[in-house]
Amino acid sequence: MTGKRIASILAHRLAILAYVVFALFPLYWLLKVSVTPNKLLYSEGIRMWPSQTSFEHFDFVLKHSEFPTFFKNSLIVSGSTAIIVTVLASLAGYAMSRFTFRGKYWIVTLMLLTQMFPLVMLVAPIFKMLSPLGLTNSLTGLVIVYTAFNVPFATFLMQSFFDGIPKDLEEAAMIDGATQFVAFRQIILPLTLPGIAATLGFVFTAAWSELLFSLMLISGNDSATFPVGLLSFVSKFSVDFGQMMAAGVMALIPACLFFLLIQRYLVQGLTAGAVKG
Amino acid sequence: MASHAAARNGGARRDQRPLKKRLADASAPYLYSAPALILIVTVMLVPLVLGISYAFRDIQLLNPFSGGFIGLDHFKTLSQDQNFYRALKNTLWWTGWSVLLQFVLGLILALLLDKPFAGRAIVQALVFLPWAVPSFLAGLNWAWLFNPVVGPIPHWLFSLGLMSEPYNILSDPQLSMWGPIIANVWWGIPFFAITLLAALQAIPRDLYEAASIDGAGPVQRFISITLPFLAPTIAITVLLRTVWISNFADLIIVMTNGGPADRSQIVASYIFTQAFKRLDFGYASAIALVLLALLITYSMLIVILRQWLLSKD
Repeated sequence: MTGKRIASILAHRLAILAYVVFALFPLYWLLKVSVTPNKLLYSEGIRMWPSQTSFEHFDFVLKHSEFPTFFKNSLIVSGSTAIIVTVLASLAGYAMSRFTFRGKYWIVTLMLLTQMFPLVMLVAPIFKMLSPLGLTNSLTGLVIVYTAFNVPFATFLMQSFFDGIPKDLEEAAMIDGATQFVAFRQIILPLTLPGIAATLGFVFTAAWSELLFSLMLISGNDSATFPVGLLSFVSKFSVDFGQMMAAGVMALIPACLFFLLIQRYLVQGLTAGAVKG
Repeated sequence: MASHAAARNGGARRDQRPLKKRLADASAPYLYSAPALILIVTVMLVPLVLGISYAFRDIQLLNPFSGGFIGLDHFKTLSQDQNFYRALKNTLWWTGWSVLLQFVLGLILALLLDKPFAGRAIVQALVFLPWAVPSFLAGLNWAWLFNPVVGPIPHWLFSLGLMSEPYNILSDPQLSMWGPIIANVWWGIPFFAITLLAALQAIPRDLYEAASIDGAGPVQRFISITLPFLAPTIAITVLLRTVWISNFADLIIVMTNGGPADRSQIVASYIFTQAFKRLDFGYASAIALVLLALLITYSMLIVILRQWLLSKD
């Protein structure tokens, strides 16, 4: 009996280990090649760790390539998108949470619909619309498009956070003479700060990862975001594996930071939602 | 000001509010949601309608004389486009295998993580990490792993005797589709594991205790307690994920660009290629319209199936 128990525990741990190795191996390899000096790249191609490491690729990418510009552009686009979306979604989410009004059903339907149809359908028409306005090849154009794409989901997210805050709070403030908007801004918003942080993070990551529209709308190097820059680098200099992977490691940083911040709440939050719903 | 607020909260004297105040109150929810709505309508709804109209027009970006209505010409071309039929078949292949493997491996991972053990929090963070990797980077990362110059996978397959020499499966017409599928499975397992783990943790523990007192073995407990509790979550996530993955072109565009010779093209990446490479917006929109029709049909089938299942009970 105890032998069987030990065997089952051993099988459990081994299975877990297999998942961890599968999840981490590609990222480990990315890191490994990015620190392998060029002269060892081909001779020690499939060794698990190079006999010598160096940061020459990172040095090159940071000083002699345009990746710092791409990084900056991506930060500007993702940051602005996250902030604008969160402001718009707090307003709309508050309306969905606190008011009953005639158009509500239609607004919810419209927002759900935007989550259903394939966004790749919009690549051509959006290019045609933005082009005469001078918004192709511009970061502003990207921010507008990403903001619209992310507002529906963020609104539902913010609504669920507002639903968790009792209505009495702003009713009390309004009896004391505050208008509803003042109550919203000064009492409700500060209470939803964790929700606002989560929305900011989700939208930032989504904008940081977006590929198709940035490929379509951006062509020059000056306003290229990270995915566009990395892909054009790959198709132009497809032999500089060390540099490409060093750039890849840089693209990973913001996403991983955000993930480590929220992963603890991931399963908990979903469990709470499941119990409530 | 104070008296107005008090009157509104009083409720009984509602209609005695001045007209201006009543108008302001009625328009409040619309004012709150207006900025979001205006943006969604102009950047998503208007292009959607425009895109549908493009499907019946000759729109090529580099041809200034294009733009006229041509009726159903695009659809006639499409009905004879062998690449489109291959993309359609590939979409089924890509979606089917990706969803199946992500779901099965995600469910196993969720079951493994549901048991308490030392270091569970760290393990959970590590196995969920691929979920945070931007899709373009996941694609490039796997493309490099499959590349015999810097990646280990071809060499492993060669040593196992599965390959006659280390070569890149992404440039093999027979196998190229499997590259993006494997990358997609790696990237998507955490999504299923997170959702299923949350559903698992919501199952009351005493049910299992009661069942084991009654002498039920682990397999029997899984079939008669775990599966019925998970069924709704499984149904919803699998259905939503199927639609989402069938439209998910990033990995294919990054890893194979639909190649070699369109062998790994799915409908979504074919639309993007028509718009981005050939700049033929009219034809791209026609394919997109067909894809939309197929997705709507799929959703309708699901709704009908659900009605039928509910009425059977």
